[in-house]
Amino acid sequence: MRRYLSRKIITYVVAFFIGVTVDWALPHFMPGDPIQGMLAKYNVANTAGYQALYAQFQASYGLNVSLWQQYLNFWHGVLSGDFGQSIFAQGATVSSLIFSAMPYTVALLVPAVLLSYVLGNRLGAAAARRKVLDNSVLPLGYVLQAIPYPWLALVVVYLFGPLWHLFPTSLGYDQGLVPHFDWRFISSAIDHWFLPFLTVFLVSLGGWAIGMRNLVIYELENDSSRYLRALGSSERVVRRYAYRNASLPQLSGLALQLGVVIGGNIVTEVAFQYPGLGNLIFKAIGAQDYFLLQGIFIFIVIGVLLANFIIDLVFVSVDPRTRLSMQGAAA
Amino acid sequence: MSESISQAPAPEVAATGLPGGAAEAPAPRKRNEFVYYGLRNPKLLFGLTVETLLVLAAIIAPFFAKYAPLTTTNIPIQHPGGTFWLGTDLNGYDMYSQLSNGLRESYLIGALGAAFATAVGLVIGFLAGWRGGWLDEILQLITNVLVMIPSLVLLIVIGSYLTSRSILFEGAFIGLTTWPWVARAVRAQTFSLRSREYVDLARLSGKRPVSIIVKEIAPNMASYLFLVVILLFGSSMLIAASYDFLGLGPSQTVSLGYMMNQAANNSALFYHMWWVFIPPGAVLALMVVALLIANVGLDEVFNPKLRES
Repeated sequence: MRRYLSRKIITYVVAFFIGVTVDWALPHFMPGDPIQGMLAKYNVANTAGYQALYAQFQASYGLNVSLWQQYLNFWHGVLSGDFGQSIFAQGATVSSLIFSAMPYTVALLVPAVLLSYVLGNRLGAAAARRKVLDNSVLPLGYVLQAIPYPWLALVVVYLFGPLWHLFPTSLGYDQGLVPHFDWRFISSAIDHWFLPFLTVFLVSLGGWAIGMRNLVIYELENDSSRYLRALGSSERVVRRYAYRNASLPQLSGLALQLGVVIGGNIVTEVAFQYPGLGNLIFKAIGAQDYFLLQGIFIFIVIGVLLANFIIDLVFVSVDPRTRLSMQGAAA
Repeated sequence: MSESISQAPAPEVAATGLPGGAAEAPAPRKRNEFVYYGLRNPKLLFGLTVETLLVLAAIIAPFFAKYAPLTTTNIPIQHPGGTFWLGTDLNGYDMYSQLSNGLRESYLIGALGAAFATAVGLVIGFLAGWRGGWLDEILQLITNVLVMIPSLVLLIVIGSYLTSRSILFEGAFIGLTTWPWVARAVRAQTFSLRSREYVDLARLSGKRPVSIIVKEIAPNMASYLFLVVILLFGSSMLIAASYDFLGLGPSQTVSLGYMMNQAANNSALFYHMWWVFIPPGAVLALMVVALLIANVGLDEVFNPKLRES
């Protein structure tokens, strides 16, 4: 177990290091000068004033020291959670913007991912080698897998909004309300949460169902299953073992899919103008708010790494091979 | 379904020859068997037919467009009809022209993304699987790290600094962030194949590693690899649609994702202009569904265990 986890932790440390370095390096080595871009907004005509402003901006963003020092400063900022000031939301720090958006993303992502994973696996396992169920689950799964994220969001918005007027299709709560712990706000938030949740849930469902179906079929043809049948076990018992074996690759698949799911979540949030991190990123692009982009990138990387670590812990508890330091766990 | 047919021993039945199989008669028996089962696999036939029609549409349909995709006709909100086959949007853009050009671009992106991913994934996968040891450890580490970096967010950060992006850039970016899927598959297969006896024999006879990989190992995973590439092709198209929807796609081109972006920005939903936002996604979904179904069919053709009993 120690060997398994320590290998994983090395991967996480390297991933974090690379994530932070890339995040720092991109603005520095990309074409274009963000400060010039920002100053263009102020329309400074005289040269001396422009230069003074330029130096002032450079200093305030810490760009007047050596690259190496800037890199160390960036690490210091990351580790102390200080990503500087946002450009588009004047007066707000990047961290405060991220923290106020995060609950929405978590509330969307976590239930959608868990529910689609659990339900998809059950559906797929039930469909495997059962003609009638398979003939409905399989095509449905392919369609769900093939539907583009943004399109599903558009269709859901259209059906439940302009067409049927059943649910609100934009923002995180009714306009005029202030985020607050009372029933009016919570019910409004749930109302707004439902459709984006449904979208993220639906797009992930098909993939899990198909994956589980294929794995269970494979397991049911396995020698271990044949042996169980030869011993006279009921089909129910054979299936239960097949399901348990098939769960392992699905679980490592969950870890692998996280990056993809987050991408889909961003698209969904933008389509619904849902006030989570995805929408914040979208606003940051529009306003060329590089500090905010950098901050969100690091936060998402941390989130993915944490989720991976949790999945690892689950893996250790369900796959005995990882505890016994045998090879196990392909992920 | 082909239940009864697939139970017959393959070479014998193939030898009796049906039109498709007979045409391939001089080919080795193995290929004959694939053709035989391929022509009898309804999933493969359905997927291939739909995909072929769509590819033909992508090649031919843009030539019939009466208007340029990015020049407004100045006649907004037209329902589909005689003049505008698929209608026009709020700003008077011709939807037929946009859809047919978008279809073409989607296939282009799918091909580019899959090509980049396959090229990088093959090299890394063969290297890691063949050499093993510390090189394998390092390559695996890189692969695992890349899988964890959310590519959409990375693209957003990179894209925000670029003033214009080309189709090649988008294809390359998709390929360079999805190659780990190929690399993992290739590595695992190489790993299990490299200790086979015929590979040892090739090594003993003094063949160079590159030629062993190309001649002994690669052909044995070709069918498997082909399936992975098909899936990548589909997912590249879907990924591109998300990028384009967020406005991060190639500049000055029309894609299916761009159409969805425009539909959302120009209140097509609010005005019930279904002909603006339904076709791009429906066409893309059809493209990918057909690919997925063909993929399952191919899997059954290549892999006798999966043929339904």
